[in-house]
Amino acid sequence: MSDVPWLVLMIAVPAVGAAVVAALPPAREALARQLALAVSLLVLLLAVLTTIAFDPGGERFQLTTSVAWIPDFGVEFALGVDGIALSMLLLIGVLVPVVVGASWRDTPVPRPGRPARSMTAFWAWLLLLESLMVGVFAATDVFLFYVFFEAMLVPMYFLIGSFGGPNRQYAAVKFFLYSLLGGLVMLASVIGLYVVSNSQLGEGTFAFDALRQLEIDPNVQKLLFAGFFLAFAIKAPLVPFHTWLPDSGAEAPIGGAVLLVGVLDKVGTFGFLRYCLPLFPDASRDLAPWVLALAVAGIIYAALLAVGQSDMKRLVSYTSIAHFGFIALGIFAFTTEAATGAVLYMVNHGIATGLLFIVVGMVIARGGSRQIRDYGGLAAKAPLLAGVFLLAGLASLALPGTNSFVSEFLVLIGAFPTRPVFTIIATVGIVLAALYVLLMYQRVMHGPPRGVLLVEEDRAEDGDTVRPASGAGGATAVLEAPVRARVLAVRDLSRREIAVVTPLVALILVLGVYPQPLIELISPAVEATMTDIGVDPGGSTPAAPGSTGTGGTD
Amino acid sequence: MGAIEAPDLSYAALAPLLFVFGAAAVGVLVEAFAPRAVRHPVQVAIALVGTIGALVATVLLAGTQDVTAAGALAVDGPALFLQGTIAVLGALSVLLFSERALDPARSAFVAAAAVPAGSVRDRELATSERVQTEVYPLATFAIGGMMLFTAANDLLIMFVALEVLSLPLYLLCGLARRRRLLSQEAAVKYFLLGAFASAFFLYGLALVYGATGSVRLSDIRVAVVTEGGSALMVLGLGLLVVGLMFKASVAPFHSWTPDVYQGAPTAVTAFMAAATKVAAFGAVLRLLYVAFGTADWTWRPLVYALAIASMVVGAVLGLTQTDVKRMLAYSSIAHAGFLLTGVIGLGPDGTGYGLAATMFYLLAYGLTTLGAFGLLTLVRDGDGEATHLSQWAGLAQRSPLVAALMTFFLLALAGIPLTSGFTGKFAVFRAAIEVGAWPLVVTALVASAIAAFFYLRVVVLMYFSDPAPDGPTVGVPGLPTTIVLAITAAATLVLGVLPGSVLDLAESAAVFVG
Repeated sequence: MSDVPWLVLMIAVPAVGAAVVAALPPAREALARQLALAVSLLVLLLAVLTTIAFDPGGERFQLTTSVAWIPDFGVEFALGVDGIALSMLLLIGVLVPVVVGASWRDTPVPRPGRPARSMTAFWAWLLLLESLMVGVFAATDVFLFYVFFEAMLVPMYFLIGSFGGPNRQYAAVKFFLYSLLGGLVMLASVIGLYVVSNSQLGEGTFAFDALRQLEIDPNVQKLLFAGFFLAFAIKAPLVPFHTWLPDSGAEAPIGGAVLLVGVLDKVGTFGFLRYCLPLFPDASRDLAPWVLALAVAGIIYAALLAVGQSDMKRLVSYTSIAHFGFIALGIFAFTTEAATGAVLYMVNHGIATGLLFIVVGMVIARGGSRQIRDYGGLAAKAPLLAGVFLLAGLASLALPGTNSFVSEFLVLIGAFPTRPVFTIIATVGIVLAALYVLLMYQRVMHGPPRGVLLVEEDRAEDGDTVRPASGAGGATAVLEAPVRARVLAVRDLSRREIAVVTPLVALILVLGVYPQPLIELISPAVEATMTDIGVDPGGSTPAAPGSTGTGGTD
Repeated sequence: MGAIEAPDLSYAALAPLLFVFGAAAVGVLVEAFAPRAVRHPVQVAIALVGTIGALVATVLLAGTQDVTAAGALAVDGPALFLQGTIAVLGALSVLLFSERALDPARSAFVAAAAVPAGSVRDRELATSERVQTEVYPLATFAIGGMMLFTAANDLLIMFVALEVLSLPLYLLCGLARRRRLLSQEAAVKYFLLGAFASAFFLYGLALVYGATGSVRLSDIRVAVVTEGGSALMVLGLGLLVVGLMFKASVAPFHSWTPDVYQGAPTAVTAFMAAATKVAAFGAVLRLLYVAFGTADWTWRPLVYALAIASMVVGAVLGLTQTDVKRMLAYSSIAHAGFLLTGVIGLGPDGTGYGLAATMFYLLAYGLTTLGAFGLLTLVRDGDGEATHLSQWAGLAQRSPLVAALMTFFLLALAGIPLTSGFTGKFAVFRAAIEVGAWPLVVTALVASAIAAFFYLRVVVLMYFSDPAPDGPTVGVPGLPTTIVLAITAAATLVLGVLPGSVLDLAESAAVFVG
């Protein structure tokens, strides 16, 4: 079974699907989304088959394909996955069908006085995005990685710009320019790597395995590291480079936001692990304190900002920035536990935050407003919605029993032995996480019914009307008992919505209780990465400088 | 007084030039003697035969390394590659000129360019279907001059070629059928500034001759090696570079570019932006690499500074433009800076990827920019082409295909992967980093990011804005423009996705003779 080019298929199938969907006439919207669902499910199947074909105990990179692409530059179309990349492919495989389901009834932003735009383009961009996302994680040639990294911007740009909220133009351009700037600086480093490989190996190459063997001068390493780091720090995003994410997250359509935060941004943290650490071990070690400072600052700063947000989508975006701080902490702590935790966190965050975004999207679909203050008391009318909202929130704040707990815990206990101060500060973030999640949940779901979903109904005698119990608490506003009662017009989850959230809910619970299979998939790759940077994968203490022949500088 | 000996000419090696100049000369005769009714098709056919014949000739000559005409002309890899490029771009431009379906008066060119703008006669001419066809021989002469420019192995021939390519261009700029005043202004401005630049070049030529005793590039090279550089020579080189950089629209010698690009008929702008740049850089490369390649200290700091100035000026001033043609003009200035980044990439003893990378970039950029300007001719309102940015709002809803093509060209100009623009940028940046020009490449990358903003702004307008109620219409192009757009778009894609063979070609052609 390993003869089948699974990775090529995973890239080609959605790309072909995108082309077919794009070629459909705008009127065939229903067919377009059915096709999108079918293709994304097929990719999920392929992802599962890929995982079966992958041997966790085998070589580092498996299922490899390599074809010369631009021989003059030494570029190869080289694909291959390790456990880390594979877990991201699985995440993509799961999230895209869910996103298709969640966006099933989406309509483009209405434009006054014009016929509604067709959603066909949305499905085509979504599938193209899936294809490129798979490529970015599966590439083992740095040039190819760069190509996917930049090309990925285009579909996301159109998803935000064409189908986003009122401020979508601004958000789309900001997203594109931030990412492009980071990407271009990375390009300088990519070329630099090529030049170094040219002088050391006799011919320039971009192959990851060959580049890993280079012995780069520590000062050059720092420069090259900086180029890659900036691109990934913008993508991830770490704190001073994060300002595009709240805008993009808030303005993107829900489906786009889920993939943006759930998968696209993971390219940043994935890049730290895959490229920054193994290629520039000395620079990574020397600069780690600075990165950790950014990570921890991000955990606290973004969490504080999240507490203060009034817009639910912005709030979720800020929580993501805080979570990316944890991931970066896990990666740059240089212990196997912490790095395993970080990779696990990348998967879990995609699931938990993805669900949170989807649920928030369902609330917004009912009320038409992103503001927390426009909602209240939904839980009484829509218990299922409230339940899923709460579960997503709890998973976000890493409650034990949910998937995120395992990863956050692993990051913290893994990082503590080497970086106690940073770890202690980071734990404050956990408290803040409880604050922002629970405050949002409480304001939207509980309290007296209020906000945009209240409608006046002509059923004063109906016993079903919601009347706030007097004396229920000082915070409860007492409504005048009107002749016409005002009730919440809110539907609970429809069957489609239940189908959308069920897989994610199940994953949150299963991975919360039994994360072992995923850890087994990830840990060999993480250990290999730790070996690359000269950390003994068995223990949690960094090896003495120079012991691995990489030329320590500290 | 002895008899003047005729130099030995290798006619075979000069076939590309002979084709084009022959076509131009025949074109003049046709203009004079052929009846009006058949003139247009005949002229187009002659111009196409000339340019395509030249292209075929360059292909057949591939691999030649020859110096002919008593050492005044070099027929070598770079000359042939760039001549081929100019022939392709020239043929495509001729096709753009010959478009008759778009303008209601059947041609984008006015019959009599010298009539005062705004006069009664001028207004008559604006809608008259009587068209002159001198545009074809003029363009063919310009193409011939450009091809000569890239092969000139002698500063005097280089100067002659500079004039042969420039003079027809000055005229072509004044031929726009609409917005006559702007067009005439463009022609005068280009002519006056161009004359200045020619004078600079000539003065530099004289100084270099004084310092080295020769105008032959190979002799200058020998003189530089044996005698070392003198102040006179460096000064002369500086003046020569000024003259060439003017043609290549490199900042700070760019000030004519936006005005001329805006005023000239769009098809001519496309021709200038694509082909003139190739020719000018061909001459820059030959002058710097052949004559002064062994004394790169004389020009490297200068080119370094010019590259940075050009990239920064192009990218930053491009941000403030509200006219698509002017925006593309600043984009062309920024791209000139990227090209100079490639020129820097000359390693010791003539190694380095600089030459091949710059040649590839010229081809890629020429085709993309030609396509982008070609698209501009389609978007029209009652007053001719609608080039104001605001008029492009919501274009994707009126014409998804035009908007998609424009987006593709703009992404290529911005250097997004899987387009030719990215491959080209990668090639020149690699060449520059090979010789250690790190700061230059980082500046180039920052400039790319800034420039991406104004390309994106057009995309945003086309896709995410609502169209104005009295917006422009998108004309249905005739066959010639369709062919141009198809070829340029396909080339932009192929050179981005599978550039291997063309890179190989550039690599193998990158050996100067002389």
